This record gives sequence, structure tokens and C-alpha cells, in this order.
Amino acid sequence: MLRNDALTAFPRKPALAAALALLAGLLGSPAHAQSAADGQKLAFDRGKGNCLTCHVIKGGDLPGSIGPELKDIKAKYPDRNELVAIVSDEPKRNPQSVMPPFGRNRILTEQEINAIVDFLQTL
Amino acid sequence: MTQRFTILLGSVVAAFAALVAFSPRVVAADKVDPAADAKAFQNFFFQKFPRLKPEEFVNGPYSMNEDLKRQWQEKEEFPPYEFALDAGKEMFATPFKNGKTYADCFPNGGIGIRQNYPYFDTKEGKVITLELALNRCREANGEAPYSYVKDEMASLTAYMAFTSRGKPFDIKIPDDPRALEAFENGKRYFYTRRGQMNFSCASCHVQSPGERIRAEILAPALGILNAMPIYRSEWSGMGTTSRRFVTCNSQTRAVPLEPQSDEYRDVEYYLSYVSNGLPISGPGARP
Ligand code: HEC
Ligand code: HEC
Repeated sequence: MLRNDALTAFPRKPALAAALALLAGLLGSPAHAQSAADGQKLAFDRGKGNCLTCHVIKGGDLPGSIGPELKDIKAKYPDRNELVAIVSDEPKRNPQSVMPPFGRNRILTEQEINAIVDFLQTL
Repeated sequence: MTQRFTILLGSVVAAFAALVAFSPRVVAADKVDPAADAKAFQNFFFQKFPRLKPEEFVNGPYSMNEDLKRQWQEKEEFPPYEFALDAGKEMFATPFKNGKTYADCFPNGGIGIRQNYPYFDTKEGKVITLELALNRCREANGEAPYSYVKDEMASLTAYMAFTSRGKPFDIKIPDDPRALEAFENGKRYFYTRRGQMNFSCASCHVQSPGERIRAEILAPALGILNAMPIYRSEWSGMGTTSRRFVTCNSQTRAVPLEPQSDEYRDVEYYLSYVSNGLPISGPGARP
């Protein structure tokens, strides 16, 4: 992989992200399931994540092929912080990437990114 | 997919490295080497799609996919741009109120010259596109200019492209520092990321040609202007080069420029020059 792990970004506000992650964990599964469902909506919404433009994702119609299929994500990225970093600013991790920096460019809020990451972890 | 994508990205990086190697960041104007740029650019696409013949790149998304190619061949039996072509031919032959015609404004009476546009005008120091030249012709003859994006402008350019089909793009960069600057400026615009989505033109048309963005197949940047103007079902009509540039910018949430602004004309100059040698195929039809 081109990606240099040494360049892997930490979330922009690590403390807050960690707190949110902790909170999500503490809240237990019903809230988590709710958040994952919200995350799916945000990921599929053309005005929000619009992730289907580039990724095949289970349950989504008319996917593009610019990025890899999003599957087995939990196994591939056991550390959710890494997923937050990917969605927030993938070009920071891989300068060549065409994936938009959803967090840095304020396309999605931190809260929305967390919900999407909850969804990604169900894949 | 991930594997393939990694390889794909790898080759893009290699090509960019080659581009950079061929055209070191411009320090002095004499360092700009458009010929080497064009060669590296074309080689990048030839290596990426080794099964395509050079002249096949001019069919945009249709060159990228066998199923689509079949659709295109079927479409060409009853081309949806035919009405525009007929209208353009008639408009071209109809005299202005002062009795002159478009033919009076162009070399060779405007027939078979599409491949020479845009050109760099050394008197004015600017890139002159065919669309701009057509409106200037109208204004010089006391007629109001047309909208740059569709309708009459698309019809006129459709007809002029049609009379030039098969002729290889032959864009010249005169020995004038301003011409080199226009080329460099167009190149810079093409590779600069912008807008909320952080896309450059190259993100889609150099890094991802042949990939699907939702249901659309991305056209390769090589030969991307040879088929202009195009009919698009999505537009239910024709669109010019100007229209396509504006659409690509706004679809990616970047602020589009004015049609025929300096930057757009410079991008057109850059993209046309690096496709030198590939045949004009316009007007085109697209899904
Ligand atoms: C314009 C294209 C594009 C869009 C839109 C996009 N991505 Fe990506 N994504 C990519 C590409 C390309 C990669 C491959 C890695 C790279 O480029 O660095 C990728 C990689 C990923 C990965 C890592 C996958 C793996 O197997 O390693 C995840 C997770 C991901 N994207 C999630 C998302 C989510 C969630 C969204 C929407 C909020 C999204 N992407 C929107 C292009 C895109
Ligand atoms: C996020 C993706 C994206 C970006 C960025 C983008 N385009 Fe496009 N472009 C498309 C899509 C989708 C189409 C329609 C399908 C096709 O033909 O590629 C298209 C089509 C075109 C076409 C017509 C190709 C044909 O044969 O039909 C031209 C010319 C073009 N784009 C130029 C540009 C220029 C110049 C820029 C930058 C200012 C740009 N594009 C930026 C997605 C993009």
C-alpha cells in the first residue's frame, strides 16, 4: 500500500474524539445501533457523505468504483480512531487520494463522522 | 479491488513523477517544455490502457468500456446531435444582416479547421477558442453574441467539428512567452485541487478514467475535447466545451468560472495541445 503509516493522522481533536468514542462505548448497544443507523443514512445521503459515489457499500444503490468496496471494515480497522482519521482527512494520510477530506473541509461534523464510523464498523 | 487500486495509484504516481521530471516547476519561461509534457501525458494513458489505439481515446467514456461502446455504436445509427448539426449547417450558410457570413471570418471559409482551435493570438496575447471566435465574428458583423453553453453555439460548433472529423488536433504554441504562460496556467488549473470536495480536474480524468462515479464512467483526459460539442441525455440537449467545464466544476461543489474566462480558455489550450495528433470526432453523443 502506498499509504505511509507514519503519516497516519490523528483526529484533529483527539481528546474530544476519544471522549466521544468512550461515550459511545459506555452508552451500550442500543444507542450504538441507533448511531450506526444514522451513520448509514448520512453515508448514503447525496448531500452529506455521498460515499456511494465512489464505494460499493452493502445496502446502497448505484455505487461508483473509484474507491475500494467497503467491507470487513471492523476486521481491517479494529481501531476506530483510524476510521475517524480516514473519513476526516484521507488526503492527509495519502496525499494522492481523491477521497474528499470530509472533516477538514467541514462537509461533515465530528458528530456525523462518528455516526458514519459506527456504521462502518457494522460492515 | 484494493489491490488493483493500489497498482493503479502507483502508476499515477509514476506518471506524475514523469510529468514532474519532464517539466520542472517553472522557474524561467525557457524551462517550460510543452512537447515533452504532451509526450509524457499521452504515454501515461497509452500505458494505462494498452489495448486502446490512440484514436480510440476520443470517444470519452465510450472508449473505456465494451458495453458502453456497443451502446455508442447503436446511437451513432440515429445520432441525437443530428438536429443540431442540421441547424448549424443552415446557420453557417445564412448571411448576417450586412450580407457577410461566418465563412468570411475564418480561414478556409471555416470548413475543416476545428483541429486548429484554440490558437494563441500573438497580437492580442490571448488564447482564442472556436466559441470565442464565433461570437467575435458575430459582433464584428453587428450581430448579438450567443450564449456560450448551448443551443446556437453548440449547433455552430457541431457543424464546424463535423467538417473536421478525422483531422488530428494540431494546436501550436508559438514562440512567445505569453503562449507558454497560457499553457502553464491551463495545466496548473487542471491539476489544482479546489472546492469543498478537494477535487482537481485530474482527480477524475487522470487518476480515475474508466472508473464509475455513481453510474457515470469517467472519460480520460486524453482526447477529452475531441468530441466537443456533445449531446447528453442528462441535458436533453447539446452542450459546448464551456458547458462541460461549468458542469464539472459545479457538480463538485467548486465555484464555476464564467464561460470563456481566461482560465477556462487556458485549460482548453492545455487539454487540446496534449491531445495533439488525435482526431476530431465531434459532435459527440453521450449517455
Ligand atoms: C471521490 C471518491 C470517494 C468518496 C466520495 C469517498 N471515498 Fe472513501 N476512499 C476513496 C478511495 C480512492 C480510497 C482508497 C484509499 C485512498 O485513496 O487513500 C478510499 C478509502 C476508504 C476507506 C478505507 C477502505 C479500505 O479498505 O482500506 C474507507 C473506510 C472509506 N474510504 C470510507 C469512506 C466514507 C465513509 C465515505 C463517505 C463519507 C467515503 N469513503 C467517500 C474514495 C472516496
Ligand atoms: C468529481 C469528478 C469530476 C471532476 C473533478 C471533473 N469532472 Fe469532468 N466529468 C465528470 C463526469 C462524471 C463527466 C461525464 C462522464 C464523462 O464523460 O466523463 C465528465 C465529463 C467531462 C468532459 C466531457 C467528456 C466526454 O467525452 O463526454 C470534459 C471535457 C470534462 N469533464 C472536463 C473537466 C474539466 C476541465 C474539469 C476541471 C475543471 C473536470 N472535468 C472536473 C466528472 C468530473
